[in-house]
Amino acid sequence: MSRYLLRRLLIMIPVLAGISLVLFTILCLAPGDPFEELATNPNVPPEVRANLRHQFGLDDPIPVRYLRWFTSMLKGDWGFSFVSRIDVGTLILQRLPTTLWVLGLAQLLGLLVALPVGIYAAVRPYSLFDQVSTTLAFIGFSLPTFFTGILFILFFSIYLDWLPFIYRADISATGWRWYWENLRQAIMPVAVLGLFQGAAMTRFVRSAVLEIVRLDYINTARAKGLSERVTILKHVVRNALIPVVTLVALQIPGIFTGAVITEQIFRVPGIGSLLITSILANDTPVIMAITFVFSCLVVVFNLVADLLYGWLDPRISYR
Amino acid sequence: MQEHELRHLIGQVKAGTLSRRAFVQTMLGLGLTAPMAAQMLAHAGVAQAQTKGAAMFNPTKRGGGGQLKVLWWQAPTLLNPHFATGTKDQDGSRIFYEPLASYDPDGNLFPVLAAEVPSVQNGGVSKDGRSVTWKLKKGVTWHDGKPFTSADVVFNWEFVKDPKTAARTIGSYTDIDKIDVLDSHTVRLVFKKPVPFWANAFCGVNGMIIPKHLFEPYMGEKSREAPNNLKPVGTGPFKFVDFKPGDIVKGDLNPSYHVPNRPFFDSIEMKGGGDAVSAARAVMQTGEYDYAWNMQVEDEILKRFEQGGRGKASIVTTGNIEHIQCNQTDPWTEVDGERSSLKTKHPFLTDPAVRQALSMLVDRASVQEQIYGRTALTTANFLNAPAPFVSKNNRWEFNVDKANQILEAAGWKKGADGIRAKDGKKLKMVYQTSINAPRQKTQAIVKQACAKAGIEIEIKSVVASVFFSSDPANLDTYPHFSTDLQMYTVTETMPDPQDFMLQFTPWEIASKENKWQGRNITRWQSEEYGKLHKAAEAEVDPVKRAALFIQMNDMVIKNVVVIPVAWRPRVSAISNKLKVAQSGWDSDFWQLPFWHKEA
Repeated sequence: MSRYLLRRLLIMIPVLAGISLVLFTILCLAPGDPFEELATNPNVPPEVRANLRHQFGLDDPIPVRYLRWFTSMLKGDWGFSFVSRIDVGTLILQRLPTTLWVLGLAQLLGLLVALPVGIYAAVRPYSLFDQVSTTLAFIGFSLPTFFTGILFILFFSIYLDWLPFIYRADISATGWRWYWENLRQAIMPVAVLGLFQGAAMTRFVRSAVLEIVRLDYINTARAKGLSERVTILKHVVRNALIPVVTLVALQIPGIFTGAVITEQIFRVPGIGSLLITSILANDTPVIMAITFVFSCLVVVFNLVADLLYGWLDPRISYR
Repeated sequence: MQEHELRHLIGQVKAGTLSRRAFVQTMLGLGLTAPMAAQMLAHAGVAQAQTKGAAMFNPTKRGGGGQLKVLWWQAPTLLNPHFATGTKDQDGSRIFYEPLASYDPDGNLFPVLAAEVPSVQNGGVSKDGRSVTWKLKKGVTWHDGKPFTSADVVFNWEFVKDPKTAARTIGSYTDIDKIDVLDSHTVRLVFKKPVPFWANAFCGVNGMIIPKHLFEPYMGEKSREAPNNLKPVGTGPFKFVDFKPGDIVKGDLNPSYHVPNRPFFDSIEMKGGGDAVSAARAVMQTGEYDYAWNMQVEDEILKRFEQGGRGKASIVTTGNIEHIQCNQTDPWTEVDGERSSLKTKHPFLTDPAVRQALSMLVDRASVQEQIYGRTALTTANFLNAPAPFVSKNNRWEFNVDKANQILEAAGWKKGADGIRAKDGKKLKMVYQTSINAPRQKTQAIVKQACAKAGIEIEIKSVVASVFFSSDPANLDTYPHFSTDLQMYTVTETMPDPQDFMLQFTPWEIASKENKWQGRNITRWQSEEYGKLHKAAEAEVDPVKRAALFIQMNDMVIKNVVVIPVAWRPRVSAISNKLKVAQSGWDSDFWQLPFWHKEA
């Protein structure tokens, strides 16, 4: 086990180095210039832009820039945003709480919907409940978030005037009102994201449970006279959830990097919206940091998923 | 209009037979900007008009207005006015920092940190245009309690002029030779040469003043490390509370603000991000916010939102002009690794008849009516200013028949395919612009009309982030101009046309040599225009200078170097209760202390 872990961790090093090299090169070769606004402004002499490019080291050849980035990354320095002129680390950390709060809640909501619905539908396949839930699930994951988001805004904010559609990360209220306001503004983005994820996950849970529920040992359990509740929860769900757990583990990196479209619609100041504005502003150090952190998380959580899998299912051994 | 006629008009204003406003509007008709017209009057000794904004509301105490919530669909990313990229950063900074004077909608200077506006008659402006003396307002303190003095003004110039600082505002300060400190609250700016537009440094968005005591240790290359780049300490109506780059700026009322009984609002929250349409919604439909900036939204949508009854679109004129450029060089022949090289000539766009015809094929009325609505005005001029009428010198017309006649007369005959040709050269053009729905619709309108005149237009659209980039290696950027025609908006960021009109001077031609950083994108070469521009730069007599700019504008229009398509004002969404005064020449927040709500 520990040898396996060590080997996996060692493999991660070249993988991440390779990913960073590819990301960096692509970003350097991409069109655009972080200081393009200066180029179109007739009051800014071209020397200012040249000076800025020099100051931020944009005139050096790509390998030199990559090495500089790589060494400072090893030292924990994530780079310096061209646009905001602060450390990328600070910028990302500012966004992290909101991202975790909104996307975490969405993930939770997704699970809370998917698990009971998926399990119940699988236990009574082709029943009316199953039909309805399947239909809704299909609708749920067929509708893109930018559509449901705007639909929610039109209905709950404009037509009913119940919920705000602009997310404010720092609400000035205190005490209970603070919690209430935060919850109120999170409802729509969380619902949009959570229901979207929940819909897809419902299908997944249903098929996983369906596979197990037909197996002989479930019949044995029932034959032993175990109650239906115990049979389903202890014997079916426990085994059926093994693939679900890995799926959730693989989705966790997504929580950290945010949801670009939903964040943009509701103006949630999360990492996803930071990523998109950085891309639009050609703020390469920020794009690089976010994409690289995302790659790291994906690689790490892949490993975590593998380990979890083995822990949940003792039949799997690591070599 | 000749010089003596102008002088006559100024005389009438002095005598009181012609209103100041009528004079300014006449000048606008000549293609002059309002600030210039105002300056002409100031120079001739006509007193400044009372600025309206300040007088509209007279509170008896500071505060009490609750929170002001404003929405910018681009979020500020830093709060140092000298490093601001784009208006979002300038506006974010303007909450906390102030210039000596702002530009009001008519182009007059409105004193902010200055005690009075310098002029020739109060001795502030020297007759030779070589110096200007600013008297600073007394009793102004920075948010940390330190006094604002002449030293701060001098420091800002020193900070900006150092090229290593890479300040975006440097262009406004390069003419200053030295600044004499006459006393703790008087400074004299001495220029290297006569400067006609002295109201540039320390005025408007480029003129915001940062405190010496906090930024002094961060001059030159260290400037980016200054902690106060993100934590402004200014003199403005609101004190800094919180800033999250790319998201939110918050400020609280400044209890020691230098204007009595202002501001009205107890705090301000500037939220950034999202898109223009939903920002308009948040103000006009749900009323979640009081003000939203830069509504680049189709007029139809704005009108629908206005029916919600909570807010309205507010339109203020600027000098911004959407225009089509005609390439003077050949974009399809590569010389020394450069397309549109000065060594080539465009096969047919160099023919004045073709350009003339093209100008008649741009249906500006349809573009205005069908695409932009209230958010654009038709115009014949390149150099426009804040009044909705067209110059007497220039007229535009949309006339397919006439365009056909001109082309026919110039020897461009229709071939079997319906496309005109001459000497084996076919009138086939590629017309590019950035990807943006109104622009693609404009392209379609032009293409349709051109087809009727035997000109085949191929439409090309480039992603905005590429089109407006300055990447020397990318052929699709607008300065490379690798097509026959292209269209975009140039903004007149300064209320003085000197820099704005640089874009037709022969020494500014974009080429491989200057890495396509030149401003003259059409590559039109006119020595005469260059001479006029140089003359305007040195001309201190505002009347003579005005005549020069009129001549320059007319040269560009008569020669159809560019075809003006739409003159675009600035549009914002304002809650019905909120009262604001706006100026197309300054930040949206130029009069923030005077903003108030009616019950």
